[in-house]
Amino acid sequence: MASAARELTPREAEARPPREEVVVRFAGDSGDGMQLTGGQFTLSTALAGNDLATFPDFPAEIRAPQGTTFGVSAFQINFGSTAIDTAGDQPDVLIAMNPAALKTNVAALKPGGLIIADEGEFGARNLAKAGYEVSPLTDGSLARWQLLAFNISQLTLDAVKPFGLGNKEALRCKNMWTLGLALWMFDRDRAPIIKWLRTKFAKAPQLAEANIAALNAGHAYGETAELSGPMKQHHIAPAPAEAGLYRTVTGAESISLGLVAGAQLAGLPMFFGGYPITPASAILHHLARLKEFGVTTFQAEDEIAAVASAIGASYAGSLGVTSSSGPGIALKTEAIGLAIMTELPLVIINSQRGGPSTGLPTKTEQSDLYQAVYGRNGDAPLAVIAARSPADAFDCAIEAVRLATQFMTPVILLTDGYIANAAEPWKVPDVAAYAPFPTAFLTSVPEGGFQPYARDEKLARPWVKPGTPGLLHRIGGIEKQDKTGNIDYSPTNHQQMTDLRKAKIDGIADHIPEQAVELGETSGRLAVVGWGSTYGPIRQAVSRARTRGLDVSHIHIRHIWPMPRNLGALLKGYEKILVPEMNGGQLKTVLRDQFLVDARSLSKVSGQPFRIAEIEAAIEEALA
Amino acid sequence: MNEMTTLKTTPKDWESDQEVRWCPGCGDYAILKAVQRTLPELGVRPENTVFVSGIGCSSRFPYYMETYGFHTIHGRAPAIATGVKLANPELDVWIITGDGDALSIGGNHTMHLLRRNLDCQILLFNNEIYGLTKGQYSPTSRAGTRSPSTPFGSVDRPASPCAFAQGSGARFIARGIDTHKKLPDVLKAAHAHKGASFVEIFQNCIVYNDDVFAGFTDKKAAPDNQIWLEHGEPMLFANGTKGLALDKSDLRLHVVDVVDGNWEAAGVIRHDQTNPGIARMLIDLSPQRGQPMALGVIYNDPRPTFDSAVVAQNAEAAKGKTADLQALISKGQTWQVEKQPHVI
Repeated sequence: MASAARELTPREAEARPPREEVVVRFAGDSGDGMQLTGGQFTLSTALAGNDLATFPDFPAEIRAPQGTTFGVSAFQINFGSTAIDTAGDQPDVLIAMNPAALKTNVAALKPGGLIIADEGEFGARNLAKAGYEVSPLTDGSLARWQLLAFNISQLTLDAVKPFGLGNKEALRCKNMWTLGLALWMFDRDRAPIIKWLRTKFAKAPQLAEANIAALNAGHAYGETAELSGPMKQHHIAPAPAEAGLYRTVTGAESISLGLVAGAQLAGLPMFFGGYPITPASAILHHLARLKEFGVTTFQAEDEIAAVASAIGASYAGSLGVTSSSGPGIALKTEAIGLAIMTELPLVIINSQRGGPSTGLPTKTEQSDLYQAVYGRNGDAPLAVIAARSPADAFDCAIEAVRLATQFMTPVILLTDGYIANAAEPWKVPDVAAYAPFPTAFLTSVPEGGFQPYARDEKLARPWVKPGTPGLLHRIGGIEKQDKTGNIDYSPTNHQQMTDLRKAKIDGIADHIPEQAVELGETSGRLAVVGWGSTYGPIRQAVSRARTRGLDVSHIHIRHIWPMPRNLGALLKGYEKILVPEMNGGQLKTVLRDQFLVDARSLSKVSGQPFRIAEIEAAIEEALA
Repeated sequence: MNEMTTLKTTPKDWESDQEVRWCPGCGDYAILKAVQRTLPELGVRPENTVFVSGIGCSSRFPYYMETYGFHTIHGRAPAIATGVKLANPELDVWIITGDGDALSIGGNHTMHLLRRNLDCQILLFNNEIYGLTKGQYSPTSRAGTRSPSTPFGSVDRPASPCAFAQGSGARFIARGIDTHKKLPDVLKAAHAHKGASFVEIFQNCIVYNDDVFAGFTDKKAAPDNQIWLEHGEPMLFANGTKGLALDKSDLRLHVVDVVDGNWEAAGVIRHDQTNPGIARMLIDLSPQRGQPMALGVIYNDPRPTFDSAVVAQNAEAAKGKTADLQALISKGQTWQVEKQPHVI
């Protein structure tokens, strides 16, 4: 039953270009503009044709006290000439804007990696705040790495001097100086960044020019300074990619666009009820600007009103959508039950973050799977799907709309803080290639009379817009009588309706694709089964293990509930099942329950994504 | 409402086929009848009318109306109604709620609906008790109310629904009594007002709080303890023998005697429904302090509605733009990858 992974032929191995990838981590104070620097570096990387993945890692505090370790904001990017699936295990280059940034990030740096530090920030005060007694730049403690320390602060001040900015404002250009240096290191074009600066500071041309001067100065520093040794220019060749138009996209963007696409494919106006919460707010921000697509956004007074208004809008004939993160989803729970009972379409997006309670607002986790699948009072089934990457989230949002409107049910779309914030290149799809799924409202009395809880072949009840003559009816959260929808507490009816609600959701499995195997054989010694944003590290780990000849396959589940029809049989074809999850083992438990398989958990809840090496080690252990 | 959408109906046309299941003698029956009597006079169409309710005795109301209806969850009717109205502003939305539903579990939503001024009617059936859960004291119960959850009497002070509404920014505030013949007039005024129309209806719970309003609703007590307000008319009660005067020395309303109908001489003032200060004083009048209960339209000063503002802004922001999805997803920082030899 076990089949060995196919080894590369010598010719194939030769044809493979040398794998070139670099991981760069920008780290500084939350006020240093590291996310902006990272974002612009990402853009230049994308324009250079490299494949890439990013990992923004920032504190929950907006402006934590300056110079402290808990105020450090970092942005990691992995880019290369081949397919990139993760933001990288260990940085090759760490740019540290102050001692705290160095302290919190240096341990992750690859041995022999390069540290670029702003010497100007390593004064006694900042050293003390970071908990250093002596400067690590001089005490030899960084000997494992290559160190380049120079006074970026002073160099920036010199560069922007002609523009007459105050000291504070001038120092704010430091991040552009650093970006200029990074652009030089990787042989990048400065023009798009300069264009962006001119647009960003259109109202303050002086600031634009100062930032451009800093950017140029950083670039020139790399070019002209006598930096023998570590400072070298690298050119990473473009990654092979399918021909077409590309853009960078974050999960929050692609979900918003996918919702708009889904609403168009369903032929519905969209109503989005939201309440600000990290890391989900970005979806509300994106959609608020898209009025011409028939999108109405409503910032509600709380999470409950956000979902309740979306249910009201669905009842009135719009596509009701709400979005939040775990704590907000908890508040919406009762209303989601109402949408299940009244069988109205509703899309609920959960951008998961570390929990429980307030937990880790800006850190990623996948610990709301139980909440999505089981977390309601009563037997309350609904559909759950999970996006694996920022680009995948576009298709998942469309799928959520399709299931919600075709089956008259709430659908939870799980994403997470990592997917929401991270950017990746996205081949812009041809929207005409998506099959429409037009909504059929009931507009007149059907043959045999109108019954609000009659069912079609998918067991969905009719959707009737208030305002339709002849179809007046009442719905509510009290148990409904089969077909008539009248109040009915009778024992046989409740049994029947509970069974019907379950059968409707179970039946979705007949209308979703069968589970595919991402990488490897459809049976064998080990299946690594994942869901959501662990896709990248699992894929890379499995790919590396297979290159070494290990018999391991990667299965990634999009349809969490109901699960694909063939999943149970597929899993039973493997001797072992390993489930890496950023939770205590939630999918593992569901798989065990559904299929009676011996799924084992690889759990990580540190607020950081899996490293490829962690999964690789677990694969090796499982196959040892 | 234009001619095309008006319709001749009778109260019977607004009755659903569902058996009404309130306790015999409940004030809700009278309110249901009053609503069913009022709607034909408004010329509105049943299919354009939506009743949204929360949870509680009063919230069963939508099942008995031959309209569209949504019996939602506890306290959330205003939020659901907001979604309904924003999705289709043409619908005529009525919210049915109670003192617990609107002011306790749903207080937040009630406040924000009033603040936003969503065009709808909110009928708050105030019986000063939790009926459906068998008689616990409610946020409008008077201090000292003995109930299963307060066997020694409640110690907290009650909320005033109309004062809450005004504090939340309501532009229409009125009061009625379940069995009073003037209730349909109050409902008509509420419907005529564009915006959130807040109506507190004193509703007798015959089982758990019987006669709690008898002090001003009893036939004998009524004339001396009720003042029905009419915009522009002198504020008189007790068959014209008493009135309300504004004492300029302490800026309070006082009950004054009116002799031979000479109300001006007694200092009685005319009701100005657009005056928020007087409205607040009227709301606070209490029969327990020898003052009449202010009834009818207390405050009515319309402002642009939330739904109309949302519609206008959506239209304005979309003006001149086309809904080109392909163009939308192709926006931002893009680059073209040309066909290249495939690398394994």
